[in-house]
Amino acid sequence: MKTTLTVLTIAALAGSAASAAEISGKIKLTGTPPPERPIVLDVACGKVQPNQIATRHYVVSPDKGLANVFVYVKEGAKAAPAPADKGTMLDQIGCQYTPYVIGVQAGQHFDVKNSDPLLHNVHSLPKVAGNKERNIGQPVPMKSDFVFDKQEVLIQFKCEVHPWMFAYVGVVEHPYFAVTDKDGSYKISGLPAGDYTLEFVHLKAGRQTQKITVGADDKKTADLTFEAKAPGQ
Amino acid sequence: MTRSTDNVWLHRYACLLAVATLFLVTLGGVVTTKGVGMAVPDWPTTYGENMFLFPPSKWIGGIFYEHSHRLVASLVGMLTMVLAGWVWLKESRAWLRWLGLIAFFGVVFQGVLGGMRVVFDTHGWGTELGIFHAVFAQLFFLLVCSIALFTSRWWNGRVEKIADSMPLAGLRKFFIATTLLILAQLVLGATMRHQHAGLAVPDFPLAYGKLWPATDAASVELYNAHRLEAAGESPITAPHIIVHMLHRLTALAVLFAVISCAWLARRNAAPGSPLIKFSTLWVGIVLIQLVLGILTIWSQRKVDVTTAHVALGAVTFMLGWLLVLVSSRFVTAPRRLASAVESPLRPAAQLEHA
Repeated sequence: MKTTLTVLTIAALAGSAASAAEISGKIKLTGTPPPERPIVLDVACGKVQPNQIATRHYVVSPDKGLANVFVYVKEGAKAAPAPADKGTMLDQIGCQYTPYVIGVQAGQHFDVKNSDPLLHNVHSLPKVAGNKERNIGQPVPMKSDFVFDKQEVLIQFKCEVHPWMFAYVGVVEHPYFAVTDKDGSYKISGLPAGDYTLEFVHLKAGRQTQKITVGADDKKTADLTFEAKAPGQ
Repeated sequence: MTRSTDNVWLHRYACLLAVATLFLVTLGGVVTTKGVGMAVPDWPTTYGENMFLFPPSKWIGGIFYEHSHRLVASLVGMLTMVLAGWVWLKESRAWLRWLGLIAFFGVVFQGVLGGMRVVFDTHGWGTELGIFHAVFAQLFFLLVCSIALFTSRWWNGRVEKIADSMPLAGLRKFFIATTLLILAQLVLGATMRHQHAGLAVPDFPLAYGKLWPATDAASVELYNAHRLEAAGESPITAPHIIVHMLHRLTALAVLFAVISCAWLARRNAAPGSPLIKFSTLWVGIVLIQLVLGILTIWSQRKVDVTTAHVALGAVTFMLGWLLVLVSSRFVTAPRRLASAVESPLRPAAQLEHA
């Protein structure tokens, strides 16, 4: 028994050592996106959110980096068991969901937190069969556990008490996914050598795919540009 | 117990209930426009508490509108129960007594339907039940208005001018067809609103710059890229756009039909007839409704404008139905009442020359 465990551990370590490939890149947006809409807060939210907030459909850095793009391996990666650790937490703070887009693995638990001293409802709206829609109240600061068993990119979360509050969760059946940061950068690590198709999903700019081949220990770059087309273009 | 057809206070009470029902329909419109139908995720409780004891301090954000809608609905339910009892005890017409009971069961059904819309939302039935709930609300409103009409003095034999006539029967058919057209328009409107996709076509008089918008996948993707929803509305699809465009076309058809009805009423009904008065009012209401529809688009679904559009839609439907009933009164009454004294129509000679 002990020998078997040792062999498995060595095999796992060897596997992980061989799975050090990394894909990173920067996503940019060309063109001029429509201006974001300012959000009018109600009285209760005005007390916990002192700033004027707006919608976050196109978050673009000065050098045109596009934030909140969900990047994942669409083809080429095998499904993996969900990790025991919880995924990125989705927080409701200042009557806003933060972050706007997160990713978790199918079967991986994650928390949706209410950091505000007022009631929010958390309404998940999956479309894929097997992912359960839920609508729960969080009357006080608290956390609720969520999990989705099937791959789905992207699932909307809403608070209907404050309808301007919504965010998205990408659920993927393996750990090879990322969300671009405020500069439009992302990094996917630990990939085994192989041929992959990456999909880049932005809720407004659309979806694009890119094929890429990585060897063991490769550090490859996959940049991409979305275009904000003018109406009628 | 004395039963009669002359119950003035019962009539006034039915009118009050009709106003309360219209207010309830309007409040339901606010809930849907604001997208807060699921702000209270449980039913019949409210966040686990008794609906009637839910503390006002917790009526925040969308909860205020959804919870108010539920409380006003409860009030309308109780008022309807009283109406049904009142009609049962005091009304001499058996069919009207049964109509009161139907109203009671109707309001109970509508209340449960609203609850099911909440309970089954997380099971994927929210949209369908929401549409049904919205349309049934309009039908219940008609029923209450009908009872108000049936209990009025005008309906109860004090109509001085009664006569059967083919032109008037034909006019009634026009009223029926137009009212059915308005019902179809209400179904289209409810479908648009309960898909929670916001404005599927944001410009007017054109639609995405064209007379008829493109609905291919690339065009729809482009439309969605430019829709910056403030309340997380669903992306639009080609069917959303088609339903929206049908709503616009049906609006024109309704306007044409209502103007035709008013014109026919002027041609066929006697001067001073309620058919002329109501059908003229109908034209005015539909014109205002058309303007409100346009303003709903131009204001990007501003809540007050959109809600007024919903409320006036209910009034338009109600006016059509009342015209059907009033014209039926003229047409069918002579067959039952031999004591018809005067025709509501122009004399036959005038009709021939009209």
